[in-house]
Amino acid sequence: MTMTITEKILAAHSDKNSLCPGDLIEVDVDMALANDITAPLAIKVFEELGRAQVFDTEKIALVPDHFVPNKDIESAQQVKIMTEFARRHHIKHYFELGESGIEHVILPEKGLVVPGDLVIGADSHTCTYGALGAFSAGVGSTDLGVIMATGRTWLKVPETIKLVFDGQLRRWVGGKDLILFTLGLLGVEGAVYKALEFSGNTISRLSMDQRFTMANMAVEAGAKNGIFEPDSVTRSYMEGRSVKKASYLRSDPDARYEKVINIDTTLIEPQVALPHSPDNVYALSEIVPVKLDQVFIGSCTNGRLEDLREASRILKGRSVSRGTRLIIIPGSPGIYKRAIQEGIIETLLDSGAVIGPPCCGPCLGGHMGILAEGEKALSTTNRNFLGRMGHPKSEVYLASPALCAASAVLGRIGDPDQL
Amino acid sequence: MKFKGRVWKFGHHVDTDLIIPARFLNVSELGVLAKNCFADLRPNFAKDVEPGDIIVAGTNFGCGSSREHAPLAIKAAGISLIIADSFARIFYRNAFNIGLPILEMENAGDSFKEGDLLKVDLMTGEIQCLNNKRKFSAKPIPPFMQEIISAGGVVNHIRGKEAR
Repeated sequence: MTMTITEKILAAHSDKNSLCPGDLIEVDVDMALANDITAPLAIKVFEELGRAQVFDTEKIALVPDHFVPNKDIESAQQVKIMTEFARRHHIKHYFELGESGIEHVILPEKGLVVPGDLVIGADSHTCTYGALGAFSAGVGSTDLGVIMATGRTWLKVPETIKLVFDGQLRRWVGGKDLILFTLGLLGVEGAVYKALEFSGNTISRLSMDQRFTMANMAVEAGAKNGIFEPDSVTRSYMEGRSVKKASYLRSDPDARYEKVINIDTTLIEPQVALPHSPDNVYALSEIVPVKLDQVFIGSCTNGRLEDLREASRILKGRSVSRGTRLIIIPGSPGIYKRAIQEGIIETLLDSGAVIGPPCCGPCLGGHMGILAEGEKALSTTNRNFLGRMGHPKSEVYLASPALCAASAVLGRIGDPDQL
Repeated sequence: MKFKGRVWKFGHHVDTDLIIPARFLNVSELGVLAKNCFADLRPNFAKDVEPGDIIVAGTNFGCGSSREHAPLAIKAAGISLIIADSFARIFYRNAFNIGLPILEMENAGDSFKEGDLLKVDLMTGEIQCLNNKRKFSAKPIPPFMQEIISAGGVVNHIRGKEAR
């Protein structure tokens, strides 16, 4: 029976040879993860289940990233719960501050997820690892607690929507613009329960960092997972990175899809999501270039080296507009160090940017750059629902690192050609 | 399982940042989550909800984050049931896992209004609006999920099965 890559990975982790969308299956989990806000509840559930030990000390990752370095007493207590649990249960992949970073940045960076893996995380942006050709989906803390105990979970096999991007990318258009465009097309419920499979010749030329960006935001369309078939770009990324055994799977040529959407990439301009929804997407040329109080570059969506390089190229020799705060957070200590070595951090500091320690920061209104009443921010993050980054009467616009860097200099939303 | 309660009406795409803003995610205590449920959208909600009240909403209820704090806050605030056109997938799983009953009903958002009094049968999906005597049909939830709800959540359900 012909199958999509998502169906193949699910089948390989269940006791079935082949699957159909709609099938309810039980699967083995290769990697289960949680962060400092979802782990405490998951740990409580694990303890209520009364198991003496976790199912596998090497298949669980616990990452403090949302409210660290500890934002306040309550957050410190949550991290303490996670730390003590990790030590008690000998969790191999627990990251202390100093080696920790944003979960969806450090796990692939450290080779903890490989093509063909089945990853379940207590965080909605767990879908990020689909960029590697893994099946990766978000769940809540109770599900994660049960998985830590048993190593298994139940899933319904999703229908797949295939998106075929063909054509040359325009100037300043990258992965972030492609996914924003897709969200504008599908809407926040256009892919509920579905697998989003990204393909086409544009995609085959896309770097891994930009694939992470796209897979990361699959959940904003309601998708269960986002996925790229692994190819030479994937193999090159994985070279020497992991001791785990990878499985390079592809969708069968005649696999059945719920629908196939063809997108002519040459028609896509730089995109911006307006408040208050990630599907409220317009081309930059269609919007009013609002004045900005803050610009943020970072997060699990765009906190990687390529994103910082892009920002640095645009900010070099330029200054952030007076009255606009530019905050930049590298997604991991490794990325931060490389950025220093490449002179990126110096360039960013010279332009007037504030550099933060690797963490989620202001993305979800945690810390490191919260908005006051009436303030407007442009960011490389993934959600802009009401109150997302601070005061309920603040506004968040979403865009690529290139647009964000240029906008920081302009003091309003714009692109690098306007500099 | 049968319910009777007063309707709190919401729109489409009610996201998890509205249900429980991130600044309250540094705690897991139900009392704190309950007090801050819908803090930015409807500041009086937590104060005025009475145990047994029902939330009615449009499509894609609970979209956004995986935070289990969202259904936990709603349940702790006193809501006994959510009826919506549709639910976001992580919220759907989380609600069952913590024992918060939910029902999917086409045009739920258009069928009821704020303050309506409803009688609901979770097993059959039958909903009766006591204000106008009209009857509606929601999609009944599958039997194994009814067991999870009756047990009060998936942890109790698993422990109950292990005990037998």
